[in-house]
Amino acid sequence: MVKLPFVDVLADKKNYMRKDDLASFEYTYQAEITNVYSLTKTEKLYQLQIIDPVERARFTFKPGQFVMLELPGIGEAPFSISSSPIRHGDIELCIRAVGNLTNFLTRSPRGTRVGISGPFGTDFPVEEMQGHDIMLIAGGLGLVPLRAPIFAVLENRSRYGNIDIIYGARNPAELLFTYQYDMWRQFDIDLNIIVDQGDASWNGPVGRITSILEDRIQAAENIGKNTYAIVCGPPVMFKFVCDMLIKAHLPTQKIFVSLERRMHCGRGKCCRCNIGSTYTCLKGPVFDYWSVMNMKEAI
Amino acid sequence: MLFRVFSKNELKNLYDILAVNHIVGPVSKGCNKNSTALYDFDFVYDFEELQLEYSATIHSLKRFILPAKETLCSFTLQKNNWQKHVELNAYKPIVYFGLHACDINALNKLDKVLAGKIYPDPYYAAKRNNMFIIGVGCTPQPFCFCHSMGADSVLHGFDMFLTDLGDSYFAEILSARAFECLSGITCREPGKSEHQRFLEVAQEKMKRFTCHVDTTDLTKILDLEFQADVWREWGEKCLSCGTCANVCPTCYCYGVEENVDLDMRHAAKTRHLYSCNLIDFAEVAGGHNFRPHSHDRLKYRYYHKHRGFVEAFEESLCVGCGRCGNACLANITVPEVIASVRGKEGYHG
Ligand SMILES: Cc1cc2nc3c(=O)[nH]c(=O)nc-3n(C[C@H](O)[C@H](O)[C@H](O)COP(=O)(O)OP(=O)(O)OC[C@H]3O[C@@H](n4cnc5c(N)ncnc54)[C@H](O)[C@@H]3O)c2cc1C
Ligand code: SF4
Ligand code: SF4
Ligand code: FES
Repeated sequence: MVKLPFVDVLADKKNYMRKDDLASFEYTYQAEITNVYSLTKTEKLYQLQIIDPVERARFTFKPGQFVMLELPGIGEAPFSISSSPIRHGDIELCIRAVGNLTNFLTRSPRGTRVGISGPFGTDFPVEEMQGHDIMLIAGGLGLVPLRAPIFAVLENRSRYGNIDIIYGARNPAELLFTYQYDMWRQFDIDLNIIVDQGDASWNGPVGRITSILEDRIQAAENIGKNTYAIVCGPPVMFKFVCDMLIKAHLPTQKIFVSLERRMHCGRGKCCRCNIGSTYTCLKGPVFDYWSVMNMKEAI
Repeated sequence: MLFRVFSKNELKNLYDILAVNHIVGPVSKGCNKNSTALYDFDFVYDFEELQLEYSATIHSLKRFILPAKETLCSFTLQKNNWQKHVELNAYKPIVYFGLHACDINALNKLDKVLAGKIYPDPYYAAKRNNMFIIGVGCTPQPFCFCHSMGADSVLHGFDMFLTDLGDSYFAEILSARAFECLSGITCREPGKSEHQRFLEVAQEKMKRFTCHVDTTDLTKILDLEFQADVWREWGEKCLSCGTCANVCPTCYCYGVEENVDLDMRHAAKTRHLYSCNLIDFAEVAGGHNFRPHSHDRLKYRYYHKHRGFVEAFEESLCVGCGRCGNACLANITVPEVIASVRGKEGYHG
């Protein structure tokens, strides 16, 4: 009689992995909510710190990547890191309360321990963009994933040309990170904000984001050659904005978008994030527009 | 590869040699209303239960390696603190006795995604490593199109593969452990006539395929016909029930859920196999659904299997076992869907 041994190693020997190595793929950093700021009625900024100092220092990410945030027993969901990459494991997430996990978070006080895994996904190639102008175009919550590349660019402001932020929101009360606008302007960033509907306090422009974009495109010099664009917003916005950029002769490989899909693993396993048959969590969330054009049902 | 032959009487001895381990194999599950015998994979406790001449099983092996519901980790909760415990749910090696080539190929395909170098799925990989697989030759059924999908024979991913030569079995041996097992029974090296017979059996099998799928240029055709009306027609029939994914040996998508125990001191994270045909598969926060119609979802399932996977791994994520077509309440079968997308309505092979 042959009693088979319990095999602890992956079939592919080159990949030599014991059970413990395998389990390490499920590792979750423990982090603590150190501060919470209310930004609008539904969005809050959470400052998180990875508890273990060694892990915190080793945690690195690139602008545009996301983490899976977990509250044991409540749920797990993907969120873009919106803090500066140089701050390692001291990260900031801006989260809109929409469901189970996110509403529970709004009731979680400072000191709550959460789990973080990642970082996952692709990033905005800010290094490649050095020496060029950058247009960052955001609609609504789309400003959140753009905040990390904005920080990354500000760290090395002199290496970049003109930086335009074009940001549209439904109304002035929904604008995010208002307290940072002055700082951004001090760094010579051209900040253009437009709202669908103004209110008594609002004296900026009112209308669609595409109208300001049109002006900025007119004003830009040799946009086809000098400019990179980064776009993030609700699904309907992408097509209008990207079509305008392409009309302005921006090469499709210089337009980057960050797409949102449902995600249950972040590791290319659950298939929930598939666009056509591309995994948004592995090949994205940041895609250049050329890839997007090649994917069915992307935008 | 090493080859051996042994008489059919010896099969019981081979079974006994392995029987100290858990054995899973095809067993009889009664008949359907047309008195066709039904089979499924289950634990086998007696050699007599093992039905190696089975036609096909209703379900795939997923129950054992990708259970419909699996606890991924548990948490102990304390005031303001918690610990996570990962359990891979693999405790014992299991012998899989009597898998057809399509099901072994299905495992090989799943390996590419779930046991590859990019984020291997630990739960799958741990179970997969503890499989001892004995394959067995099959008789093509009217719904089998594995030949079209290149999955009618298998070159790796098993320990031993048996082909019925009439009064003896021809064994292909791939692992040292399988070789050891055979040392416990009376067997010998095949002679010239047995080589001959082995090849004849393969040819006879080939002639029995009645169901075919034309896969020439299929990836391009799927792209070209992305907006084709036939998708809508299939979409109208589809009930979005997800049964096809449930029985499919290569469907692996899932959803994750977390729950707190009633004592509030423990919590668990569970995954449930899902189906891309279910309505909320691609719904995101804010209620936007990227695939709101049943035809969007049905199309996506075909697109992933026959286009996306091919693009990534140069093979399709379908082995042509026909289970999804047999199980579908709306009679939607892969050969008909693909023929219609190719513009060959009513094509039946
Ligand atoms: C790459 C990426 C980055 C993201 N970054 C941010 C961010 O920075 N800030 C932010 O507020 N939100 C972000 N999101 C969206 C965020 O993941 C969802 O709001 C969150 O999953 C909702 O979880 P919940 O448990 O509160 O909702 P649930 O109660 O689970 O469901 C509420 C709604 O959200 C949908 N949903 C459930 N799970 C997911 C999921 N995993 N992904 C998407 N939708 C889901 C459901 O279909 C339902 O409509 C991001 C999503 C992705 C894919
Ligand atoms: S799609 Fe259908 S025929 Fe293909 S492997 Fe899955 S169940 Fe079998
Ligand atoms: S194809 Fe058939 S089995 Fe699959 S979801 Fe539609 S009705 Fe259900
Ligand atoms: S989130 Fe699971 S596959 Fe992308």
